[in-house]
Amino acid sequence: MSPDAKAIQTAEAAGQPWVQTLHEWVTTVDHKRLGILYILYALVFLIIAGLEATIIRIQLMRPHNDFVSPQVFNRMFTMHGTTMIFFVAIPVLFGFANYLVPLMIGARDMAFPRLNAFSFWLTALGGFLLYFSFVGGSGLYGAGNAPDVGWWAYAPLTSRAFSPGHSSDYWTVALLVSGFGSIGTAINLIATIISMRCPGMTLSRMPLFAWLNLIMAGMVILAISPLTAAQVMLTVDRYLGGHFFDTQAGGSATLWMHFFWIFGHPEVYVLVIPAFAFVSEIIPVFSRKPIFGYPVMVGATACIGFLSLSVWAHHMFTIGMNSYANSFFAITTFAVGIPTGIKIFNWLGTMWGGRIQFKTPMLFCIAFLFQFLIAGLTGIMLGAAPFNWQLSGSYFVVAHFHYVIVGGILFALFAAFYYWYPKITGRMFNETLGKLHFWLFLIGFHLTFDLMHIPGVLGMPRRIYTYEPGRGWDTLNFLVSIGAFVQGIATLVFVANLVVSYFKGAKAGNDPWDAWTLEWSTSSPPPVYNFASVPTVASRRPLWDLKHPEDPDSRYE
Amino acid sequence: MTNKHKTDWEAVLARVTGIIVILTGVLLAARVCVAGPPGDHPIPSIFDPHSTPAESIRHLSHFVLAITGLIFLVVFSLLSYVVVKFRRRVADAEREPAQVYGSTQIELAWTIIPILIVVVLFLATARVIHAIQDAPKPAEAVEVTAIGHQFWWEFRYPKLGIVTANELHVPVSDPAHPTPTFLKLFSADTDHSFWIPQLAGKTDLIPNHPNETWVDPHETGLFLGQCAQYCGTQHAKMLLRVYVDTPEDFNAWARAQQQPANQDEKEAAGRLVFERTACVNCHAINGTNGTGRFGPDLTHLMSRNTIAAGAALNTHEKLRLWIQNPDAIKPGSLMPAMKLSDAEVDALVRYLETLQ
Repeated sequence: MSPDAKAIQTAEAAGQPWVQTLHEWVTTVDHKRLGILYILYALVFLIIAGLEATIIRIQLMRPHNDFVSPQVFNRMFTMHGTTMIFFVAIPVLFGFANYLVPLMIGARDMAFPRLNAFSFWLTALGGFLLYFSFVGGSGLYGAGNAPDVGWWAYAPLTSRAFSPGHSSDYWTVALLVSGFGSIGTAINLIATIISMRCPGMTLSRMPLFAWLNLIMAGMVILAISPLTAAQVMLTVDRYLGGHFFDTQAGGSATLWMHFFWIFGHPEVYVLVIPAFAFVSEIIPVFSRKPIFGYPVMVGATACIGFLSLSVWAHHMFTIGMNSYANSFFAITTFAVGIPTGIKIFNWLGTMWGGRIQFKTPMLFCIAFLFQFLIAGLTGIMLGAAPFNWQLSGSYFVVAHFHYVIVGGILFALFAAFYYWYPKITGRMFNETLGKLHFWLFLIGFHLTFDLMHIPGVLGMPRRIYTYEPGRGWDTLNFLVSIGAFVQGIATLVFVANLVVSYFKGAKAGNDPWDAWTLEWSTSSPPPVYNFASVPTVASRRPLWDLKHPEDPDSRYE
Repeated sequence: MTNKHKTDWEAVLARVTGIIVILTGVLLAARVCVAGPPGDHPIPSIFDPHSTPAESIRHLSHFVLAITGLIFLVVFSLLSYVVVKFRRRVADAEREPAQVYGSTQIELAWTIIPILIVVVLFLATARVIHAIQDAPKPAEAVEVTAIGHQFWWEFRYPKLGIVTANELHVPVSDPAHPTPTFLKLFSADTDHSFWIPQLAGKTDLIPNHPNETWVDPHETGLFLGQCAQYCGTQHAKMLLRVYVDTPEDFNAWARAQQQPANQDEKEAAGRLVFERTACVNCHAINGTNGTGRFGPDLTHLMSRNTIAAGAALNTHEKLRLWIQNPDAIKPGSLMPAMKLSDAEVDALVRYLETLQ
């Protein structure tokens, strides 16, 4: 143990003043603490954006409801979408990557610890700026309001003619600032994974988690950069007399759409690939088998990353592209289904012949597989351009992408929370509460998002604050809202479990799941320096080799 | 024992999901089958099409649903089988299963089969894209220019010299002698989207980016739709009504629309209110000094069944309310409350009600 670490531990034991603790957290450059900060920050915004969703669902419970005004409703869905994508999904996934990647590759920290802290605080500032619009959006004390242009902020709705005041500017600046934070973390992850692996850990022995986060980080750089550029162009339009997107002066509304979706579609994969990473670590452990087809999994993910850069205009099938362009984006969209299907089959292959343990993390992974399958299939429907002309912009699309983001990404994320909770806190979570959370959330999720497809098919467009009675949408919307409340309750159970288990949970020990990757070889929570001596590995499952010296993986790889 | 209990939950999960999927299908079918009186289409379902583009899309959608449904069944069954079959049993809880790392043959199989499926899907899709998008415009086609505004629709029939709003009239199209309607789509301000689910898929109206779409309804009646691209505060009440008329009715309607505005001297007072207030900045009435184009043309206001882009029925009370306080019907609409006296409003409404 290094003298520094000893000093820190002694200080903690002595009960240092809270100011000192706070100072340590604010100034930390430790990847684990920054990871926890990212995760807690995202949880706070998850609650906020969840409340916004609740307001949306109360308003839509019955036709011609007047729970909120159209202005408030439009702000709510704009803030819900923006917050969930930029200030919940990205930070929480970066948080897990930050915490776990160095531990999994046997490193003592990220490659650039200070850049890491800088990136986190930029992201934090972005979220603050977005919500500051509520009070400072019009430049006067307390006079302001949240942006109401939708989370795609399509031009020319964002031009000064249609969006006076500064609410759109706060949206722009929030995304610009947090975008730099994301790029910083992506560079850091790439550098860490390329150059900080422990002895023996060749690229082909890296846990899939590290591989997938490497691919995700590469995509962040490719996807966030055009978005950041577009934000600068929008600001030039609004304040410096530019005309990029200003249609009244000959600008192009479709140019913004291209910029936004060349970010927006890869972004979906930026979010879902880390979810794949969680599932790829958790399913093998609870099936008691190594991942099936490791090289194929890496290849398929790289393939998804590559293909996802060529599908963006499937968000724009209705803007009047010619039939060749529509056909091109239809086939690239279908093609993404191939590597994605391969991944599902490989997880299936991993479970095949295993001894599956239905612990809470595994339950979430299994639900993820079912739900991601459905989300992928509705994605195929949306990829068929003519079918898309009907479904696009309707509640079918809303149901589809919530199936991806909630049914896929959030379920995988819950699995990750339960799986790594013992490592991060040193305590076991409450399994009964975990199962209760799972079943409640599952019921709420299906009630909401299965039914939500139908109003879309019956002609209900998204982003409407109210709707006409008698179109067959009433009952469905009511049930969808009930499901949303059930999900809200389930989320409270989850948060309660996190908090209670932190104080009352049983001691976890180093390796509660009998797992195989390096993070389980150190204490829970890991010391500041992660590993007392840097480990050396000979296979993809170093802890399997350690536990089964008679039959090590290194013999087969 | 507890272990056994837990695994049963998994079977339940599988069953519950199955039931939900089936229920969804039944509910969907039930919804689609609920039909009002003939000629009335209250539920704008995409699976109840009455025009060639919407019908081709339904055909394609059936094909895509069949393929995705099949994939779903196969993978869903496999997953359920694996979850039930390979659960840990008490007897062998402590043993590790055989460690299998992969299989090239299996990987190849589940790569090649999806590729074949993608090729088939693509061919079917490309055919329908071409059939709808590249359809030739016959000489008999009715031409309409649709312009999206915050938050209403302007319809112009350049060949017929008609200007109207929010309620589109088109002739029914006999498949033997098609008289489709071709629409040029423009926007006056932000993005909008033209969507009548039972007639065609949606096409956006984008400023500086003219688009086109077409419909050829095979059945008369009223078809409902609404703006499908978020366009601002009152996006929700930018409703769209399409009346499909018999050729005779359509011609009669067109002739009536081509007439100049009714000049009923009894209501000159109301007309004066219109001409001497800011109404004329936004609204046009043929034969008055009102030539504004920011709001709907009112020359034949009474020929329309609704006002405020379908947000209210065109009744005496609603019309009066709409003039006095637009926010009561459509908060955030761009029509200002004109602060007229009761007498002025009464005169104005009486005048507007003569505009047949």
